[in-house]
Amino acid sequence: MDKARFAVIILSILFLMALIGPFISPYGYSDIQLELKNTPPCLQFWFGSDELGRDMFTRIWWGARISLFVGITAATIDMIIGILWGSIAAYAGGRTEELMMRFCDILHAIPYLLVVILLTVIRGAGILTILIAMRMTGWINMARICRSQILQLKQNDYVTAARAVGASHTRILFRHLIPNAMGPIIAAMTLTIPTAIFTEAFLSFLGLGIQAPAASWGVMLNDGLSAMRYYPWRLFFPAGMITLTMLSFNLLGNALRDSLDPRLRE
Amino acid sequence: MFRYLVKKALILCISLWVVITGTFFLMHAIPGDPFIGDRVIPQEVLNSLYAYYGLDQPLWAQYLKYIKGLLHGELGPSIVYQGRSVNQFIREGLPVSAQLGLQALLVAIPSGVLLGTWAAMKRGGWQDTTAMVISTIGVSVPNFVLSSLLQFVFSVKLHLLPVARWGGLEYTILPTLALAALPTAFIARLTRSNMVEVLQQDYIKTALAKGLPLFQISIRHGLRNALLPVITYLGPVTSQILTGSFMIEKIFAIPGLGQWMIHSINGRDYPMIMGLTVFFSSFLMIAMFLVDVVYTMLDPRIRLRKEAYG
Repeated sequence: MDKARFAVIILSILFLMALIGPFISPYGYSDIQLELKNTPPCLQFWFGSDELGRDMFTRIWWGARISLFVGITAATIDMIIGILWGSIAAYAGGRTEELMMRFCDILHAIPYLLVVILLTVIRGAGILTILIAMRMTGWINMARICRSQILQLKQNDYVTAARAVGASHTRILFRHLIPNAMGPIIAAMTLTIPTAIFTEAFLSFLGLGIQAPAASWGVMLNDGLSAMRYYPWRLFFPAGMITLTMLSFNLLGNALRDSLDPRLRE
Repeated sequence: MFRYLVKKALILCISLWVVITGTFFLMHAIPGDPFIGDRVIPQEVLNSLYAYYGLDQPLWAQYLKYIKGLLHGELGPSIVYQGRSVNQFIREGLPVSAQLGLQALLVAIPSGVLLGTWAAMKRGGWQDTTAMVISTIGVSVPNFVLSSLLQFVFSVKLHLLPVARWGGLEYTILPTLALAALPTAFIARLTRSNMVEVLQQDYIKTALAKGLPLFQISIRHGLRNALLPVITYLGPVTSQILTGSFMIEKIFAIPGLGQWMIHSINGRDYPMIMGLTVFFSSFLMIAMFLVDVVYTMLDPRIRLRKEAYG
């Protein structure tokens, strides 16, 4: 089967289940039933239950909500800052561009994960902190892609034509240049999502991210790791979901990049 | 080329300064007092503790003192493990982490290059698909997922290798594999796209027209040209391995530097987090810079392009 189609199908199922999954089972994500703890997958608990008797099925889909939210919000933040920064730099040119891009170089040299860890340690755990910390240096890549796109596009005749008929700079930038640069930007956005999902799971796994009893995949994985010898399903479901989600976004992103980047077209 | 390198060095210095200063002021912006816990401590004792750690001085004086210490290679004390300095932890943990990291590099570079070359030579065939599926999976499986699965299969179920801890070579196999997976996938993907590009060059077509076998062409002409960019991957790969080691060392209970980083985060040992962050970021940034220098010197095409650019 076509890789991109596979990715789209998996992602559609994921979105659908993130939406309706928690309502399918009668349990809430933090409903504790100690007498039913560590039940293997069965009719009552489709994905089994954890050490507090919480339904893994509900928790997995709650985790999907968190992961998808983090991934998509991060990509959107990237897109907004990156497009503005990159396109203004490229369109302005000269000294402004030089300064703006040097600023990017400096931020880019700072190791991403260390910044994220440092900021979450300081600001305390929480979804907003994670997003801010991740995107502090995350938008640089998008700004660079956008800049190189606009640099190429602004040499086109239609830009000169637009200017000749008196279009303002803002209009040229937002009506002519940015819409034409969207292809590679969307591909890069799709590839940002799995990185963001990974970072959230990583931080939650370390105890720096989403806090219990919320059901982040990273938290569930950390719980499952200590229980893998006797209750392996508690490890397998979150591990499988993280992998499947990241895989699908990577496949989709690569496919988009290949079809939207003319250099790579066969 | 010289101008380009000077420019790069300048950016490196500014970035280092931003990280050090940023870390310092962020750490001092945390509300609360490191010494006030459950126990009531007499004011005199607190005062002498403040004096010992230099916390009674104004912030700028502390900052200057910290910078001065850094210039002498002093990364500061640990508060949780009293009487020990960050330098001591680095001296203990770095050899372990370095061994693990080098082993991972030794696995990742050859296997990544091989996989990528193979895929490019058989482009479009099942070999290509297989190699790229492996590499996409390698990029998509988070290292903490991979290490827990490796532990589950090889230690818990098959009893082939030790679950965790650090000892002889058999202890290093699983963590090395877990650490090498992402860089391998990354290198394979980039090598493939480089090779594909190189194999479309005119000199390859000439060689083909002369009737040389594809295998020989790929290795002699193709790989040689496609290998050079591998040096540029060393920057990101070092960073992948270093940050990957935090997780791997935690999961496999390896007494390396990454493990200490996690400990200091969990124990909220702020001076140690600060010291280790500065150490890790400086290490990474300098490594990236060196990779850039080496690459610029090795590849004449890049050298010329960069001269034109900077």
